[in-house]
Amino acid sequence: MSPLLHVNTITKRFGGFLALDGVDLVVQPGERLGLIGPNGSGKSTLVNCVCGTLRNEVGSVNFNGEVIDKLTAHERTRRGLARSFQLPRPFHSMSLADNLRIPLLYTVRAREGMLHAHTDLEARCHQLLELVGLLKKANQLPRDLTQVEMRKLELARAMAAEPKLLIADESMAGLSHSEIDDILALLFRLNETGITVILIEHIMSAVMKFSQRLAVLVSGKKVADGKPEDVVRDPEVVRAYLGQ
Amino acid sequence: MNNVKFSLIAIVVAAAVLAFAHWFKVDYLFFASYTILQFIVLATAWNILGGYCGYVNFGSAAFFAIGAYTSVFLHKAFPLPVPLLIVVSAITAGIAGFGMGYLTLRLRGSFFAIATLALAVVLQTLVVNWDFVGGSRGAYIIRPENLEIGSFQIPYIEYLFALMLGLTVLALVTARAIEHSQLGYGFATIRDDELAAEASGVPTLRLKLIATTLSGAFMGMAGAPFPYYIGYLQPQSAFGLEYAVNSIAMPMIGGTTSWVGPLVGAILLGSAQQYATVTISSAVNLLIVGLMLVAFVIIAPNGLIGLVQDWLRKRRAS
Amino acid sequence: MDISFDLLINAIAAGLLLGGFYAAVTAGVSISFGMLDIVNIAHPAFVILGSYIAYFININYGVDPILVSILMLPVFYALGAAVYQVYYLSFEKRGQESLRGLAFFFGLLFVTEVTLILVFGVDYRYVEAAYIGPSIHLGLIDLPLRMLVPCAAAITLFACIELFITRTFTGRAIMAVSQDQLALQLMAADPIRIKRIAFGLSIAVAAVAGALLIIIQPVEPSVGREYIGRIFAICVLGGLGSMPGTLIAAVILGVVESITATFYGPSWAPAVSFGFLLLTLAFRPSGLLGR
Repeated sequence: MSPLLHVNTITKRFGGFLALDGVDLVVQPGERLGLIGPNGSGKSTLVNCVCGTLRNEVGSVNFNGEVIDKLTAHERTRRGLARSFQLPRPFHSMSLADNLRIPLLYTVRAREGMLHAHTDLEARCHQLLELVGLLKKANQLPRDLTQVEMRKLELARAMAAEPKLLIADESMAGLSHSEIDDILALLFRLNETGITVILIEHIMSAVMKFSQRLAVLVSGKKVADGKPEDVVRDPEVVRAYLGQ
Repeated sequence: MNNVKFSLIAIVVAAAVLAFAHWFKVDYLFFASYTILQFIVLATAWNILGGYCGYVNFGSAAFFAIGAYTSVFLHKAFPLPVPLLIVVSAITAGIAGFGMGYLTLRLRGSFFAIATLALAVVLQTLVVNWDFVGGSRGAYIIRPENLEIGSFQIPYIEYLFALMLGLTVLALVTARAIEHSQLGYGFATIRDDELAAEASGVPTLRLKLIATTLSGAFMGMAGAPFPYYIGYLQPQSAFGLEYAVNSIAMPMIGGTTSWVGPLVGAILLGSAQQYATVTISSAVNLLIVGLMLVAFVIIAPNGLIGLVQDWLRKRRAS
Repeated sequence: MDISFDLLINAIAAGLLLGGFYAAVTAGVSISFGMLDIVNIAHPAFVILGSYIAYFININYGVDPILVSILMLPVFYALGAAVYQVYYLSFEKRGQESLRGLAFFFGLLFVTEVTLILVFGVDYRYVEAAYIGPSIHLGLIDLPLRMLVPCAAAITLFACIELFITRTFTGRAIMAVSQDQLALQLMAADPIRIKRIAFGLSIAVAAVAGALLIIIQPVEPSVGREYIGRIFAICVLGGLGSMPGTLIAAVILGVVESITATFYGPSWAPAVSFGFLLLTLAFRPSGLLGR
């Protein structure tokens, strides 16, 4: 089976600083991949390069059989690549419902013939808000939300784009156990419908529960990639990350 | 209220204004009101890019002057009736807006703003050196006394006033239609968080280009009848500072998030300036506009409309 | 159009001197825009303000304009610090720098220009000093002292700034705050205070640039707006945040403008800077020596 995402030797520099150093990553369709690593190891930079927010100088990204290097971020989103931002970036002048309408209008409807009727869009919007437990606050502004709710909105917005691959970037930081379980359940449910998920997290219990495969990034290099039980016992991983 | 209904109401209001003005028949009022209508169009045009998308244009005078000088050029080369001049100016100014956007919008918003400022200076340099349109000496356009179509006759200034009224209706209807459309949503995401907009599938560059083109086109349309209105067009007046500062001050003081803001700002500020220019001096009046801009930007970022909305929200909460 | 060698070499010489001066005018914006990412388009207004103050004191008390500007350094520094404080509290803190911050500075630019018109009128003003008038003759080249002295002063100013930025703790803190504000905070330096100092510095530099300007050419309130294109063209061409880049770009712009003015007429000069700006933005937005 050909991979859904193939990150091919990506290198990214910021001036003199090497953020990503020849990173290779393969994700199969329907897979649940966990990506861990210390702060500053390049996880978010990798997400940005894959999604088109940043451009890598070297290497290429292959998504769903297509080389997407020349595509802008919005074109990649329309091809089925969605991400949530580590620090939530809601559209602060719009209600929650409107925040979700944007990807519905600009991504889903932009694809061939989906969501024709106005009612379809509204139904989908409600469904998503209910899924993350924010239906009651549908008409409020993002500034009235708690941190947790903003994270959920961030995820919901990524989900609204009906992606083939969803990258969840540290959506669980600072959440309580039950909140973490909620989000995890959400991601599991998404995966069951066929959506491939890359989970970027520091919370090891969640990562171990969720991932079918685990990759580790340290200082811009991938140092491990395999079954979670094996990776966490890898001495280099323990030294660089888990041992801390 | 849908767009068609709003357009009809706007046209009816405009027709009423026109009828009243025609009956009242005071020449000075035509001249003064023309200026205010012109500012409504400029402020609304600026707001499409500035208020809706969050990209500041400091060079409104440049696009206004493109419209004015398009008229002068055609007047000397190939005279056309004023409504057609307006259409041609829309095209030339729109192309200028598109071109400048294409060159600078892929970079940061601040680069775009700087480029617009420099554009005004450069365009003025080009015009000053272009003798065909009068150069620095200026160009005369003799305005006919009256508009005569068959047996129908009205004073020319009234004709220009009516055209500008029509343009105002068009601008307001367009702004409102954008605001309530998918395009308007897209613009708002660009203003709120461009990165997140892209990640949500919004084609930000394409939308920004639409905004700069529309904005430029409307400013050019506002400028097209200007040489006929003023009779003698000099680069200093076409590229005048008051266009740049008013195009920004009026929407920011009125309120940038809706089509009502520029309308309110233009009427209030425009009328105040007409009064001040006559009673005090034009320099002091511009100073007041500048001070008000700075004050409002610091104290009331959402303009008068924002203040009203806040007050209403507080009343509802209590 | 004969390209007389005599004319060309004098145009280049004048351009070099002009370039040195442009570097001084731009130095302040290299700090505020290049390092602090504040689009202070009102910078030329502060320069012109410096010019008028130099004019006023020079005409009424006979003090040398450059000396006036040095005396005014603390005043302009305080002014810059105050402006930054307002900017920070009103915009940077609320994350609304882009639209409202720009409008704020534009308002300042405008208010300054109109106030100067009201106080001084639109006539050209010029200063009087011993070195305005005579020239040095080096073979074919005429070096008017009224351009040579400002250029020398500009380069001195530039060197002082570069030394300050690279050798003193505050200067290096300014460079640091432009690259990583969080790291600076962890080093127990207050980034807001550092930025305030930097912005105050950029405005103080504008005072000196203003005095140099009115030595080189007569000044009237709208001259500031011509300089906006030049300043930002130099900043972008030189690479944001690079002082050496700013100097090189300033000299290039000065020479090209001078040659254009000599052979095509001075009315085309303003178009040169915009052309540079557009070309740079289109083809090499990071500039010659940019980060």
